[in-house]
Amino acid sequence: MATQISTAAGTDRHVGSPRSRVDGPAKVTGLAKYAGEFTAADLVHGYVVGSTIARGTITGIDCAAAEAVPGVLKVLTHANRPDVSGKADSYRDMVGPPGTPLRPLYDANILFSGQPVALVLAEDFETARYAASLVKVTYAAETPETDIDALVPTAYDPPTKRDGIKPPPEPWGDADAAFGKAPIRVERQYRMANEHHNPMEPHASTVIVEADGTYTAYDKIQGVANSQQYLTGAFGLKPEQVRVMNPYLGGGFGAGLRPQYQLFLAMLAAKDLGRSVRVVLTREQMWSFTYRPEAVQTVSLGASPDGALQALRHDAVQGTSRYEDYQENIVNWSGTLYKCDNVKLTYRLAKLDTATPGDMRAPGAVSGLFAIESAMDELAVETGKDPIELRLINYTDSDPVEGKPYGSKALKSCFEQGAARFGWAKRDPKPRSMREGRELVGWGMASGIWEALMMPSSARAVLSADGKLEIGNSTGDIGTGTYTILTQIGADALGLPMEDVTTKLGDTNLAEAPVAGGSWTAASSGTAVMKACRNIAAQVFVLARQMENSPLANVDFERVVFTGGRIEVAGDPSRGVSIKDAMRAGGFETIEVTEKAGPDSDFAKQFECYTHQAVFVEVKVDEDLGQVRVTRVVSAIAAGKILNPKTARSQIIGATVMGIGSALHEESMLDHRLGRFMNRNLGEYHVPANADIHDLDVIFVDEEDKANPLGVKGVGEIGIVGTAAAIANAVFHATGKRVRDLPITIDKLL
Amino acid sequence: MNRFDYVRAGTVAEAVQAYGAGARFIAGGTNLIDLMKYEVEKPDRLIDITRLPLDGIEEQGGGLRLGALATNAKVAYDDRVAAHYPLLRNAILAGASAQLRNAASTGGNLLQRTRCYYFYDAGTPCNKREPGSGCPAIGGVNRIHAIFGASDACIATHPSDMCVALAALEAVVRVSGPGGDRAIPFSEFHRLPGDNPEKDTNLAPGEIVVSVDLPESRFPQTYTYLKLRDRLSYAFALVSVAAGLELDGDTIKTARLALGGVAHKPWRNREAEALLEGKPATVESFREAADLIVAEAKPQSENVFKIELARRAIVRGLEQAAAGTPQSLSDKRIQ
Amino acid sequence: MPGLPAASLDDTMLLEKTPPVPADARICITLTINGQRRELQVTPWTTLLDLLREKLDLTGTKKGCDHGQCGACTVLVNGTRVNSCLTLAVMKDGAEITTVEGLAGLGDRKGSNALHPIQEAFIEHDAFQCGYCTPGQLCSSVGLMNEGHAHTRDEIREAMSGNICRCGAYTNIVDAIEDVMQGAAR
Repeated sequence: MATQISTAAGTDRHVGSPRSRVDGPAKVTGLAKYAGEFTAADLVHGYVVGSTIARGTITGIDCAAAEAVPGVLKVLTHANRPDVSGKADSYRDMVGPPGTPLRPLYDANILFSGQPVALVLAEDFETARYAASLVKVTYAAETPETDIDALVPTAYDPPTKRDGIKPPPEPWGDADAAFGKAPIRVERQYRMANEHHNPMEPHASTVIVEADGTYTAYDKIQGVANSQQYLTGAFGLKPEQVRVMNPYLGGGFGAGLRPQYQLFLAMLAAKDLGRSVRVVLTREQMWSFTYRPEAVQTVSLGASPDGALQALRHDAVQGTSRYEDYQENIVNWSGTLYKCDNVKLTYRLAKLDTATPGDMRAPGAVSGLFAIESAMDELAVETGKDPIELRLINYTDSDPVEGKPYGSKALKSCFEQGAARFGWAKRDPKPRSMREGRELVGWGMASGIWEALMMPSSARAVLSADGKLEIGNSTGDIGTGTYTILTQIGADALGLPMEDVTTKLGDTNLAEAPVAGGSWTAASSGTAVMKACRNIAAQVFVLARQMENSPLANVDFERVVFTGGRIEVAGDPSRGVSIKDAMRAGGFETIEVTEKAGPDSDFAKQFECYTHQAVFVEVKVDEDLGQVRVTRVVSAIAAGKILNPKTARSQIIGATVMGIGSALHEESMLDHRLGRFMNRNLGEYHVPANADIHDLDVIFVDEEDKANPLGVKGVGEIGIVGTAAAIANAVFHATGKRVRDLPITIDKLL
Repeated sequence: MNRFDYVRAGTVAEAVQAYGAGARFIAGGTNLIDLMKYEVEKPDRLIDITRLPLDGIEEQGGGLRLGALATNAKVAYDDRVAAHYPLLRNAILAGASAQLRNAASTGGNLLQRTRCYYFYDAGTPCNKREPGSGCPAIGGVNRIHAIFGASDACIATHPSDMCVALAALEAVVRVSGPGGDRAIPFSEFHRLPGDNPEKDTNLAPGEIVVSVDLPESRFPQTYTYLKLRDRLSYAFALVSVAAGLELDGDTIKTARLALGGVAHKPWRNREAEALLEGKPATVESFREAADLIVAEAKPQSENVFKIELARRAIVRGLEQAAAGTPQSLSDKRIQ
Repeated sequence: MPGLPAASLDDTMLLEKTPPVPADARICITLTINGQRRELQVTPWTTLLDLLREKLDLTGTKKGCDHGQCGACTVLVNGTRVNSCLTLAVMKDGAEITTVEGLAGLGDRKGSNALHPIQEAFIEHDAFQCGYCTPGQLCSSVGLMNEGHAHTRDEIREAMSGNICRCGAYTNIVDAIEDVMQGAAR
């Protein structure tokens, strides 16, 4: 069979064209339902009581006052909960790190502040919340440790590595010696604050008890298969006993990768009461699980006077919880991005009395690239090189870590096109050289890199006799546009208008697919959908050819195109058959196909796959008052084939906004005496507001990649990775002040 | 929210009559309901005063009377306010969001409770929430806390922007209560925490704000409300400056200056105002006043920067006022 | 009218004699929601947001923070945008409420099934991703246009800053609003 996709030609093609979201009408009319919005006649509302201490044990829980409130059904605690598994393995999910997962309400041990210690169950939400305030918990508190600085000296190499996260490579060359001898040296410490994802939809689970005794769980998750695995493990259920659905996710950014405790609690209560249960977390409780952990990083760059790197060291110490060894790749990027003969990359963990951190949009890369791309800017200053020139001097077309060429790497085009659009050539390299009135103007740039991943995924496609196509799998559309791109792929594969294609996602009854994360969904689900639709195309083509007096009778599959609901000989539209006629003639009501797709292992043996970014930022900083405004961003992205420039652009601008948040605003502040994040609300944890965001310009540079048949590399994360460093570099250019700890708040510029 | 009785009052007298220990008046609700959801406020009874005839804005005695129930938006977009008290308009519009300003009332804005993480967190001690329980903000997470007028019991700040302008405008708060009607000069309305941080204001139990009275037209040209914050909108002030000047040529005839985000109440320093009066409207004069004001600042563990930020903001605010170039509300460049 | 002892009283002595609504009682109120007049029994501590979402299954209005810090719950009360999470339903007795489900019924196209121009503009400009803040953004946009104070992009940005979008669709949101405002001006 031909390797090209036999699809509609020319202007009919949806793939590669800007298309509005197919889920748009549902979202703008309020009809799109999220996990906490499904209901049942017997619905009970659960409200979580969180611990006020970060470390110690519960010595008593008095629920009498809460249970006396009219409308309260029960208060579940570790002392009265139904019997549940105590084995850590029962609580494992598909993407959790090594360690002992949290077992909610299992025992009296407190591992972090805000840990669930009781679930109040009531007939309505407000009653449950009120009663929760009457639950009195007493503790034997121990002194928590949440200050990573105090723990850096005792940081450790995680004994068990996290699946899917490459540990730092063995050092090559002799970085210490080379750094010592290098004529130009930059050695600096960088850090960024703890950040919480804060998707707009708080975490929620609605577990509905069906008439046949099975459960349907609507869970805020980025992939329902993970919740199903978790529930079957934790409650000893068979997969057919629990269907998990989540058609829409109100933002994830990684916070919805692992099932969270509200799912466990809702299922626990549903089993206990025999009634449907919904547990919705409050915004405040969104600080009681997963976060992007602060990392203390040291980057050492040794270079020749002409800017060529002679030594590169990148060390990171990152927080994790007492009970799990969360790991991410912070330091490897430095070795992947630059050519250097002497490299040492090291990564250690420190145990904190917090909830386990988790993946947050471009985990590791956001922290690591802030450090390396700031350090490269510092080296540019030291060597007198233009920041782009310095990066070109140290450019590499093959991955120094793996010793393999990149399948594609259009980063140079990103530099060129981004710089041109931004007007970089007009930049005076001298700090404080540009001003407008009382504002200093700064231009900064940075590179970005993220993995182009693909995960094994399946998809099902069903073509009906009426010419309508339904496709889908269990992954989630987390706001990225997955419904839309899969619809485009399906429509093109069979030459249908997008209105005739329906995509279903987020349901364990659909073909199995991984969680939506890592920017792998377009490649993984997209390829599976394409394969399934191609398979259908081949089948319907056979039907068309078998028709009596078929105009396609002696035509090969490779010579036809699918367009306008018809199968036609390429270049001769007069010779064709409509899909409906072919289905009717063949006597088929439907053709149904499920296909699997996975990474191309041959390709992976030869090539490394990454997306790249060159991001350019203009800031204006009030000279006296330190107020920073990001007035312009140009983000040039090399991410292979862009399936939908409209939704892909939104991914990049959205990631840019989050990058601005990292750079200027976001900081979850711990009171180390209490081991408690104190600014647990959106009034005091600042994410960018509309007024903070000005012109954002996105360029997708052409890039051919053959890692998967779609040529797609993923766009969910690449837009954030270099943004914070570019802002910090622009702030330096504006003010002459190098801020090495994010966020860059006013106090750091006075 | 705890269980409570709900009473809807038709007149001020009814509202006052319905008051008892544990009761709260409710108007816009934007702060009270917020606090009730955190179990910080647990009233036994809510007295809905939104139907009282107090939402008017009327000219009286050469000035303007802002009914206690006039929403923040109504006041901000009133033509008379824009013409005669643009400082007030700008301060209101620098605060909160359009939605909140549409709901929040004038009286309620005065009665906003404090801005402090610990006050809002029923899982920690707080002298304001539970007198005598302690103040973990001292030595804790306190970069947003007070640098003026704090006590060993409380270091929280007042969150309002509008009140900072009202302090500079020397408004008068008219209240009605079981003991009758009285007028409270704005500077005496809010309290410093001292040993009783649970008391935010000098209102007596059962007293209700009826109106805020503005004196005759003030600073229609030479004013500013300058707000520095952690993002460019929809955030509380780290430091804000309400400044109004009356100039005679280049000489300052009258100066009124209030700071927000730095104390348990809008912060005024009359010595600094007096120092400015009679001086030329120059940066040197402004620096002198700023130095005088910050001389009495006392930082907490994490907010030393606020002293220098306040000093610079005062100077810039006075420059903006003197030049008649008030801070724009939508263009975030600081003039 | 049941349940509201003090509402129609102007005699304070009568208030003394009439006990306030007991803490477990429901109060009868009337709201016109998306053009439909509804008599409802609510407890006094029920917010307008929870009433819409939990009792009336109008889940288009979203709960993002429940504290007036995100704007996802924005609805129009008598044409004015407010945070429904900080609004007690009993206090809005008699009001007209418009939620995202009712936006299409506003304005010129009343009665048709067509979308409101701002809804169409949001789709056209890709002014949302996950869609969770979207109903609040839409109601806020309509409220903004009703207010008539914002004209420039800077002014729109400032006036829309009470609606947080974590997906970061802000520039597209401003494009959509500007588009509709210019369309209305034509």
